[in-house]
Amino acid sequence: MTYIKPIFRHPNLPKNKIGYTLKEYEGAISNLCAGCGHDSISTAIVQACFDLSIAPHKVAKISGIGCSSKTPAFFLGNSHGFNSVHGRMPSVATGANLANKELVYFGVSGDGDTASIGMGQFVHAIRRNVNMVYLVMNNGCYGLTKGQDSATADQGSKSKAGSINPFQPVDLASLAVELGATFVAQSFSGDKGQLVPLIKAAIHHKGFAFINVISPCVTFNNNVGSTKSYDYVREHMEATSTLDFVPMEQEIRVAYEAGQVARVTMHDGTRLQLHKLENDWDPQDRLSAMNAIQRARAKEEIITGLLYLETRYGDLHDILETTHTPLNKLTSKELNPGAAALDEINHAFS
Amino acid sequence: MSGVNEQVLGRVNDFVIRFANVNGTGSASANFLFAKAIFRMGIPVTPKNIFPSNIQGLPTWYEVRVSEKGYLGRREGIDLVVAVNAQSFEKDIHSVRPGGYLIYDSTKKMHQTLIREDIHYLGIPMMEMCNAHFSDPRQRQLFKNIIYVGALSVLLSIEFEVLEALLAEQFAGKEKLIAPNIKALKLGINYVLEQFPYPLEFHLARRDLVKNRILVDGNTACGLGAVYGGATVVAWYPITPSTSVAEAFDKYAAKFRIDQVTGKKNYAIVQAEDELAAIGMVIGANWNGARSFTATSGPGVSLMNEFIGLSYFAEIPAVLIDVQRAGPSTGMPTRTQQSDVLLAAYASHGDTKHVLLFPASPKECFELTAASFDLAEYLQTLVIVMTDLDLGMNDHMSEPFEWDDAADYNRGKVLNEEELENMGRFGRYLDVDGDGIPYRTIPGTHPTKGGFTTRGTSRDEYAAYTEDNKAYQRNMERLLAKWETARSLVPTPVLYQEANRHAYGILFYGTSTYSSEEAKDILGERGIYVDAIRIKAFPFNTDVSDFIAAHQQVFIIEQNRDAQLRSLLMMDLSIAPEKLVPVLNFDGMPITADFIANTIASHLYQEKDIQDDLYQTHI
Repeated sequence: MTYIKPIFRHPNLPKNKIGYTLKEYEGAISNLCAGCGHDSISTAIVQACFDLSIAPHKVAKISGIGCSSKTPAFFLGNSHGFNSVHGRMPSVATGANLANKELVYFGVSGDGDTASIGMGQFVHAIRRNVNMVYLVMNNGCYGLTKGQDSATADQGSKSKAGSINPFQPVDLASLAVELGATFVAQSFSGDKGQLVPLIKAAIHHKGFAFINVISPCVTFNNNVGSTKSYDYVREHMEATSTLDFVPMEQEIRVAYEAGQVARVTMHDGTRLQLHKLENDWDPQDRLSAMNAIQRARAKEEIITGLLYLETRYGDLHDILETTHTPLNKLTSKELNPGAAALDEINHAFS
Repeated sequence: MSGVNEQVLGRVNDFVIRFANVNGTGSASANFLFAKAIFRMGIPVTPKNIFPSNIQGLPTWYEVRVSEKGYLGRREGIDLVVAVNAQSFEKDIHSVRPGGYLIYDSTKKMHQTLIREDIHYLGIPMMEMCNAHFSDPRQRQLFKNIIYVGALSVLLSIEFEVLEALLAEQFAGKEKLIAPNIKALKLGINYVLEQFPYPLEFHLARRDLVKNRILVDGNTACGLGAVYGGATVVAWYPITPSTSVAEAFDKYAAKFRIDQVTGKKNYAIVQAEDELAAIGMVIGANWNGARSFTATSGPGVSLMNEFIGLSYFAEIPAVLIDVQRAGPSTGMPTRTQQSDVLLAAYASHGDTKHVLLFPASPKECFELTAASFDLAEYLQTLVIVMTDLDLGMNDHMSEPFEWDDAADYNRGKVLNEEELENMGRFGRYLDVDGDGIPYRTIPGTHPTKGGFTTRGTSRDEYAAYTEDNKAYQRNMERLLAKWETARSLVPTPVLYQEANRHAYGILFYGTSTYSSEEAKDILGERGIYVDAIRIKAFPFNTDVSDFIAAHQQVFIIEQNRDAQLRSLLMMDLSIAPEKLVPVLNFDGMPITADFIANTIASHLYQEKDIQDDLYQTHI
């Protein structure tokens, strides 16, 4: 836990395209445990938003309950945040998104918040393809209530207290692919190099972008025998690809050997360039993505990187055919049919 | 013996007819045709659907009360039953009052054991007539219903032209269906003309008592009210009896909320995965500056409890329409009650209380739903519109809907970019104006000012998380101050007299209104006079406490077992229990005036033993 944040900043801090320094994207001081993986993820979000020059107030951060759900206070301090109720972030985010389609929505959740109490809402937010970044800070345990196993804890994983988890884990990435999530990625809080471009790509994805980030709990689940410890994850991580996020106005400069590169154009014209490390995996093919995840699982590896991407579908606003103007900006002029229309309605009931 | 019955003077425009049908056989539209025809003849009418939790096969009833005096509540004593459901036939025969009538399908001979000596039987061979005149099996079933409407039109003097006009309206665009309907009507008409004396001693006569009133259900009115109130995000989960609120919103929004240029929708409606998600979406949308509501019934409110507490504590506007049904648990899903009052008033853990609005008519469903958005945004809290199955799903004769085009929405204390730019430090939970209502900001307003984290955890005036006991208590006390502000903002009650004149009063709300008003008249005819007040909202204002203080006792009339509004009055206004006498109907059927009058009268007779001179002193 960091108690003191320096007030002094270098006067020549680099500015992004809209004139903000990194400082404008920072949040309050974290009160999570020192070394918590979640803080690294917060830092990655700050970096991604700074790099993409997103105005801080054009982001809304919505979370549920738990250690992970506290983090929105620790990044993007100029953005509105909403620390809602346990397991219900997806519905709050869906409502918020419907009210204003113009903001970037970060839904921040944990493995308890998503894979247990919030499973129902997670599933249905995917079905609706809500345009948001859904980030799970996954540590396999309930931190705030002192380390109980969560539903993502691997079978056979050992807790700090020495008990062995007897239950099958919920594999959120597989589940998201299965349910038709249009962007599914997996990463590790200790791999900022991979996480930052993934977050950028997720922000630019129009639709439900899911990132399952393994984020070790230093206090309750970082012991020998745990499959969510720093050491274990580092040893068992298997990246699918290296990812370049290419903003619209830039040319793709890095050249890869033919056959190993997958290029994907996003809704808004930005591009992803994946340098694939596995040849029999196509990120735009659901079956192949599913196979890659399951193959890794069989080998007790944690597959990371962008796993699946589908850009053909519209988001919830497209499905509902909502108007171009954000609904929260409509005035009584557009909303109220007026007295004359009411006379007609009365007539129909007379 | 047939022919015009000139002997009977009888009652004009004052009777109750009950239709006993099989659910899913097309009886609903025929029965509505009957009720609407009476309405079109300018006579006050109240139809009530008494239906099962079933799609097809179970018994269903439709009860129509006709009242020259304009009483719109349910009345006991059924004058005529149209019994065309074999399952409930025996029970239906017994539901006729002595001296009343039973119309039945005489295609098959009725068993002797079903004959009651004290009622009249009018057998019409409906199935036989249908089989003879229609070949399509579905038509044979449907037109049986139209045949009895035809028969009733002669027995009760419904004008044929009115039925004809209604059929023409109903089948506009499907004109070829009109002729077979008319044919079926005439089959019924001719049969009665040939076989029975007519009209019956109770029958109809054209009046001009309806004026510009409309016949509409409360759920349609709530859905329409939400369109007029500016709701843009609707999230809902199907549950009887609230489903048609969302459907009505959808219907009117699809008509009036389409962008003229792009054809896109100026609203979003989502069928949620459950009631928790529905209220979650509503809270998310309101937090982000859109007017949003959901509609549900008791079981849904139970599920929404945690979010309701969040709305209260984090101060996020939200509108919830609770169309109450008979509980507890799944209860009687298709029967009416006012039994969510305490649940709604104090929903969620910790110290919470919520603004409730109690419409009593479709017009009020429209008005109070529209007004609930202003109230919710101004107070930054949840407002619950408390209707019930009777009001929501039955057609009621109502004053027409009205809207003032000069009125604009009151979005409450929301800071815009300019205001944020020009002000000092923004404190989300600072009581700047001393009314307990702080200022809020909508996400996306200002690049560097006004951002904060909304939370269900305790916080200080600047929205920062805190476990400081004093900060927590200050916040809870401010919420109480806001509650007192709400007390002065909610709709005031309706007083039925300019000055209180009697020792006793009656107090009622929602769908207990019609029957309570009628009971007041019945009591008056018996020499028992009471003052009356109708509650339209919780928290209660001083009109309510003054009314109670001015009377020796007040009868609290409601439709639940535990006298829930009475408890609420005691808690909110610190009233002694003995001052408030409960009058309770909770069998799932709408309360009747006779029941209310009898309960009050018998209570007063008991009181009379103690207070001898009561009757001399104008109770």
